Amino acid sequence: MALLQPARRLLSAAAQRHLCLAPVAARASSWWSHVEMGPPDPILGVTEAFKRDTNAKKMNLGVGAYRDDNGKPFVLNSVRKAEAQIAAKKMDKEYLPIAGLAEFNKASAELALGDTNEVIKSGRYVTVQTISGTGSLRVGASFLQRFFKYSRDVYLPKPSWGNHTPIFRDAGMQLQAYRYYDPKTCGFDFAGALDDISKIPEQSVILFHACAHNPTGVDPRPEQWKELAAVVKKRNLFAFFDMAYQGFASGDINRDSWAVRHFIEQGINVVLSQSYAKNMGLYGERVGAFSVICKDVDEAKRVESQLKILIRPMYSNPPIKGARIASTILTSPDLRKEWLEEVKGMADRIIDMRNQLVANLKKEGSSHNWQHITDQIGMFCYTGLKPEQVEQLTKEFSIYMTKDGRISVAGVTSGNVGYLAHAIHQVSK
Amino acid sequence: MAAGSVFASVPRAPPVAVFQLTADFREDRDPRKVNLGVGAYRTDEGQPWVLPVVKKVEQKIANDTSLNHEYLPILGLPEFRANASRIALGEDSCAIKENRVGGVQCLGGTGALRIGAEFLRRWYNGNNNTTTPVYISSPSWENHNSVFVNAGFKDIRAYRYWDAAKRGLDLEGLLEDMESAPEFSIFILHACAHNPTGTDPTLEQWKQIAAVMKRRFLFPFFDSAYQGFASGCLDRDAWAVRYFVSEGFELFCAQSFSKNFGLYNERVGNLSVVGKDTDNVQRVLSQMEKIVRTIWSNPPSQGARIVATTLTCPQLFAEWKDNVKTMADRVLLMRSELRARLQALGTPGTWNHITEQIGMFSFTGLNPKQVEYMIKEKHIYLMASGRINMCGLTTKNLDYVASSIHEAVTKFQ
Repeated sequence: MALLQPARRLLSAAAQRHLCLAPVAARASSWWSHVEMGPPDPILGVTEAFKRDTNAKKMNLGVGAYRDDNGKPFVLNSVRKAEAQIAAKKMDKEYLPIAGLAEFNKASAELALGDTNEVIKSGRYVTVQTISGTGSLRVGASFLQRFFKYSRDVYLPKPSWGNHTPIFRDAGMQLQAYRYYDPKTCGFDFAGALDDISKIPEQSVILFHACAHNPTGVDPRPEQWKELAAVVKKRNLFAFFDMAYQGFASGDINRDSWAVRHFIEQGINVVLSQSYAKNMGLYGERVGAFSVICKDVDEAKRVESQLKILIRPMYSNPPIKGARIASTILTSPDLRKEWLEEVKGMADRIIDMRNQLVANLKKEGSSHNWQHITDQIGMFCYTGLKPEQVEQLTKEFSIYMTKDGRISVAGVTSGNVGYLAHAIHQVSK
Repeated sequence: MAAGSVFASVPRAPPVAVFQLTADFREDRDPRKVNLGVGAYRTDEGQPWVLPVVKKVEQKIANDTSLNHEYLPILGLPEFRANASRIALGEDSCAIKENRVGGVQCLGGTGALRIGAEFLRRWYNGNNNTTTPVYISSPSWENHNSVFVNAGFKDIRAYRYWDAAKRGLDLEGLLEDMESAPEFSIFILHACAHNPTGTDPTLEQWKQIAAVMKRRFLFPFFDSAYQGFASGCLDRDAWAVRYFVSEGFELFCAQSFSKNFGLYNERVGNLSVVGKDTDNVQRVLSQMEKIVRTIWSNPPSQGARIVATTLTCPQLFAEWKDNVKTMADRVLLMRSELRARLQALGTPGTWNHITEQIGMFSFTGLNPKQVEYMIKEKHIYLMASGRINMCGLTTKNLDYVASSIHEAVTKFQ
């Protein structure tokens, strides 16, 4: 039923014609009068407040991007070199195919699964280039909405990345949850996860963070992944992996993709979203991939054709710059070697900051158990701090983080880790 | 996992026609082959053209060590958004002066159309009203339909546009369809250089269209993929959009910088939103953010940087306009040369539509049999609709194409 804008009809022809000089009343009538202001983004709010703060010691621990030990954005050397190589080739700007840069797609799949993987060798997969991790998740979600006829339900770990829910919802799926984070231990609620997952209706979709869980930093151990895979297999669940931190978590690309590879080895045909925003520092270039492990090559071809049908009316074809950089790095032995060292360097700095934070908390005399800070992995850390404590950190120490007590370890430097430890101790002693 | 696959029943989708055409062209070994299919500019040597100004600006960007690869804001690069909208609406736009214009950086024109469509489905004519009719010209770019279907609209209709008999605009049919369209229907209008017909309304005809749309409360959603590229003049190609704005319409304009900047694979687009006032536009943009966040989170930076840098530097801006005119002029030359040859050959039919049409494409009027002949026998690749990309013509292949058209038309009726 069309909702009319009655005020519009009352506008005189003259008022409509001269709206540049029209009276306010005429202008008030808009197609968008009923459009609500969108709720402010919680994380953006943190950064906005941080920017306004004049305290020299302020810290922004909401930032979801890597920073070096000087707190600056880090452009990888391997990326710079790849860019220079690409520029020298003076390539044209012709449209990429809908599925993106073929060399990138192949290299991306090989990075995730290992180039000797049976899936790669047999070709029973399709990988399409996507608009970073978000674009990959959205393409995947849309594909499931259209072709996964067994269920509309997607099970997310509790908690999960904030954007997972609206992505799947906008794609037409329904959201459910399984237990994941245990606030009592600041660790993995393995028993709870197994319990919940074993009760998920068969053939539902279940999403896993491949490594460096966002926002908690809590990952299952390999033995735990094995049990999770067994339950997924038993319940015939459809596994959707989100891997945004391969290499960035432990510093070892093979270790970080172990869970994905294990599931596939167990005969579970997963779908996988990859992002190169963090591990190559290519944030604004929007580099990602979506892969579907298929039964055979024929199925892969059919699936690919349908992924293209989904992509075309979204944005036609993907941007080239980031994919070319990633592809160049992954396929040039020298650059790849250098990249692996650099990604390890980033991971090591994060791990180092975790260690230093715990050491400094001990030095401050904190009696709490902060082991979870070093047990957790990746960019984020669920400190276990309560909202009131977070508020105090912000008000008294100008340390900014999200209310759930999550900090981005990337925002910690050797220059400010002492201050952070001191502040945390003050609000928690 | 069970032996049967969850995707066992996924059917093979047909390839997108225009890309299949290019694939077939690539496979063809005939030395005479000509690709008049996909819509990208080519030089007289038949080569892609990276605009000189773009090369210059990219070098500048590469040398700027202060730049990094950090995320752009969700709605995109601010300097890009503001300047892209300014290009569409004009320097002296009262809408811009009154601060009731907003821009959303998107992935190409397609991305801009999709974000606009998603927003309209959620917020236009009620909340989540999927039944609002969406009118698309007959014919139109084939992806228009897909964009609006995938955005959730259930009632996509065609409005008459191309008159095959007279090889021109069916204005009467168009206006009739607008008169009979339900109020508040959405109309996709090509701002200039209609794809695929190359046939645009005249200024007077645009005025008539606007009058009907205003009276019937129809929503104008402009698709502007060829500003500057059509006539060689940015202002002239934006006349229709600007006229609607001056007539007080609230509208969307999906802008692509793929062709006029030659930035095809960088995916540079802008969705310009013109509202009644600042407050409305701000609320609209805040909701657009939510939509963008679940599709691509934030847009790619390279293309936007190139465009913003160019548009904000007078010297580079002048250079860009010159590059654009180079492309437009070459297309105009090919049009007049092709028409002249067909007329000289005495090819049956009238051929003034070749020069009267504008932009990259021309609806030749060739029928399917004639098209088949062109492709199979002459190795000249064009769309089944008879659409040719003028950029595929060069001084070297003009004679061959003209004589082939002549053969096709005389052999088949």
